[in-house]
Amino acid sequence: MTSFIVAALLLILLGLSYSQGYLGGRALAATGVRLHSRPRYHGILVAIWCLLPAILVLGAWALLGPGLMRAFVMSYLPPDVQELGPHQLNAAIRRVEAIASGYGVAGAMEPWETAAGVALRRMREFAFLVVIASAAGLGILGLLFARRRISPRLRARNSVEWLIRLLLLACSVVAVMTTLGIVVSLFNEAIQFFTFVHPFDFFFGTVWNPGFSTTGTAAIGQYGLLPLLWGTVMVAGIAMLVAVPIGLFTAIYLSQYASGRLRAVAKPVIEVLAGIPTIVYGFFALVTVGPYLSRVGSVLGIGINATSALTAGLVMGIMIIPFVSSLSDDIMRQVPRSLRDGSLGLGATPSETIRRVLLPAALPGIVGALLLAVSRAIGETMIVVLAAGNSPVLRFNPAEPVSTITVTIVNQLTGDSDFSGPQSLVAFALGLTLFMITLVLNMVALYIVRRFREQYE
Amino acid sequence: MASPSSTSIKAQADRRRVRVRASLGRRHLVEWLFRGAGLTAIVIALGMVVGLFWIMISKGLPAFTQATLSAEVTFDPDIITAGPPPVRESGQSEADYRAARMAWEGQVARLNWNALVEQAVRNTAPAGMEVDRRTALALVSNIDRHNLRDMFVANPHLLGRTVKVDLLASANTDNWLKGTINRDLPDSRQQLSAATRQLADALYADGKIRFTFAWQIFTNTDSRSAPAAAGLAGAFVGSLYMMLIVIVLAVPIGAASAIYLEEFAPKNRFTDFIEVNINNLAAVPSIVFGLLGAAVFIRYFGLPMSAPIVGGLVLTLMTLPTIIIATRSALRAVPMSLRQAALGIGASHNQTVFHHVLPVTFPAILTASIIGVAQALGETAPLLLIGMNAFVAAIPATPFDKSTALPAQIFLWQGNENRNFFEARTSAAIMVLLALMITLNALAIFLRTRLERRV
Repeated sequence: MTSFIVAALLLILLGLSYSQGYLGGRALAATGVRLHSRPRYHGILVAIWCLLPAILVLGAWALLGPGLMRAFVMSYLPPDVQELGPHQLNAAIRRVEAIASGYGVAGAMEPWETAAGVALRRMREFAFLVVIASAAGLGILGLLFARRRISPRLRARNSVEWLIRLLLLACSVVAVMTTLGIVVSLFNEAIQFFTFVHPFDFFFGTVWNPGFSTTGTAAIGQYGLLPLLWGTVMVAGIAMLVAVPIGLFTAIYLSQYASGRLRAVAKPVIEVLAGIPTIVYGFFALVTVGPYLSRVGSVLGIGINATSALTAGLVMGIMIIPFVSSLSDDIMRQVPRSLRDGSLGLGATPSETIRRVLLPAALPGIVGALLLAVSRAIGETMIVVLAAGNSPVLRFNPAEPVSTITVTIVNQLTGDSDFSGPQSLVAFALGLTLFMITLVLNMVALYIVRRFREQYE
Repeated sequence: MASPSSTSIKAQADRRRVRVRASLGRRHLVEWLFRGAGLTAIVIALGMVVGLFWIMISKGLPAFTQATLSAEVTFDPDIITAGPPPVRESGQSEADYRAARMAWEGQVARLNWNALVEQAVRNTAPAGMEVDRRTALALVSNIDRHNLRDMFVANPHLLGRTVKVDLLASANTDNWLKGTINRDLPDSRQQLSAATRQLADALYADGKIRFTFAWQIFTNTDSRSAPAAAGLAGAFVGSLYMMLIVIVLAVPIGAASAIYLEEFAPKNRFTDFIEVNINNLAAVPSIVFGLLGAAVFIRYFGLPMSAPIVGGLVLTLMTLPTIIIATRSALRAVPMSLRQAALGIGASHNQTVFHHVLPVTFPAILTASIIGVAQALGETAPLLLIGMNAFVAAIPATPFDKSTALPAQIFLWQGNENRNFFEARTSAAIMVLLALMITLNALAIFLRTRLERRV
């Protein structure tokens, strides 16, 4: 009901102010003078002048109102109730609110409850009237002021456009705020973590054994990053071993050999791989690839764990094939055609042209693309959570389970709502490490790719 | 005429020709191998796409049918002893009536509904077959007693009547009849007792147990006590809320900031910084956004854990760079002459952008937004950090309620202990998720081709 009234008020103010501004502008134009701005802009400007104060009043009430109302109810509570603990106090206030809303409460009502309920109801009605009236009043004042300003020389359009531009700028700052938020929150929590564990022990420790937060703060545990970092590097390395040859050869074939029709079909189909959610790859690795690898291993007589660095790496490699192939494809198409034609004209075969001319020319760009792919692989979470086996031990055999930075972030933070202990704070230190690694990789990669583009443009 | 030097040149050329010809075979072989390698790579990549879909579909399809027992259920007054539901008297406050009603429903819930289920199974069993309590209850799902209770609460006139009801078979029965568990395993390793297995086979042979379409995948929420009845409805609504938040926030903010950066921003350090920032943000691992959500939205702003509002905000921040980058490239593709023409006839800068440039890029912005939303739909990792992988057995009423999401539900199900049942169920959930994503992408492609033709 109240939100309906508020919405109606705002709509009425909007309609009234816009039409006032618009008609004011029209009336001026009808007298034959040349207006700086069209009547539309006068309408919008008046509407802004009218709605802004009204919205400010309503917003202030939405922020402050609940607190004020609570204070009002508190003043009606008898002293013995006021001294109750927060839970019982809240329950008492809720009862009063239920009475005030007319819903009623189950069971008998205390006399003070009824009194407070009735008073709260009156107060609410009164406050609501005051807020609505002041919002409407201020809105009308704004409207009258803006309405009086309308003149042929008023630069209404410029003001409106300035506001729009301000709005656009505010939107583009959101991305900056996001980065800032990431950096500040990660640093903040990571520094708290480093009050428990020395940074040296974290970055250069070789044992990961965080213990459980339930065993008390005395058992802090050991937080060595190296096993996780090694797991991350190993899984990403295997993924690149799969993705680079397949992705590069796909890109070469599609850009240099394939007929238009094959290209038109194969390129989008391969890019489907990039659109599949990573949880699906994780499940695929867990139920299909892992057991298959382990069977193959037992046939060959080598022990391969169903969940291992190998399983996760293979499937992650499949995931980044389209990433490598479409980026390299783009880059190879940017190499000037004349280089290729020159080489072919001298009698080189297509493969010789590709290997000796095209690839060396495209190399910096491809390296940049591969770095982007590596950063993708390092930050990938779901595949490793499901298929890497979660065993944070420094091992060098890829057929054994490993753990990675991302897996550990998930394990340490999931289901934990208070971040007071090192067990959950470590997730932020790991996140910071991950963020820094990928940031450096991205910066270098983007720099290389941009340099490469400029070289041929 | 032939001088010594020219004969030596000729001889040199001949020698070179011989050498080239001799190497040709090897060079062509290399060429052939190289081409073959390229073709192999493509075949492998395409094979992966086909294989992935094939495995998901072949694993998931069986989960869309489930064993159902059609039984005659008698709402026996000897078992249902709760009496008639309360009626609201005049002068009774809403709260008092609700309390009385709740008390009655509580009484109904405490009745022995299992006895009703047991009776129904026993009556359906083939004549002469001894069916004890445990055998009967293991055959059907744990949800059936709740369903019968809800039927009675909704319609108390059922008391004393006998109606035909489809009882959902338990997950273990489903496994047994579908053969997802090895039938030759010894008793100790079977999920069902020998008696229940025999009963299930007999009922299946009688046609009393049939495989029907598993509507509960779409209508039910997740369930722990009755895995056979676990569904995606809660996760779907949670995902829907998050997608709405992403659409409402990410699309306008993304488009607006792209417009600012491409059309209005002066070239200076600050805008360069924003640009580098956005490019980097696009490559930040998604899990870092989850950490941001946990630290900022939940811890600092005090928003609830596991709520779609937090998930939606996190996914919004994640999708923003995608939409900004795509919109910017669309704006960049608009020919300068269009802007110059508008400016030339006296349009202001804003008017040029909003009346002339933006409408041309509309299809591209729309496509980018849909693709961004589809990406956000499948994102899992950040959701785990803000608690959206919690078990929630209710459909969230608002974006502030506890909820899960489709990919988080997949994550939950793949870890369920009843592996042979949930492997299919998870694949089915994956099929639903993939179907949604494919629909979104197809919509994007359709809109793009359609709108681009018109513009």
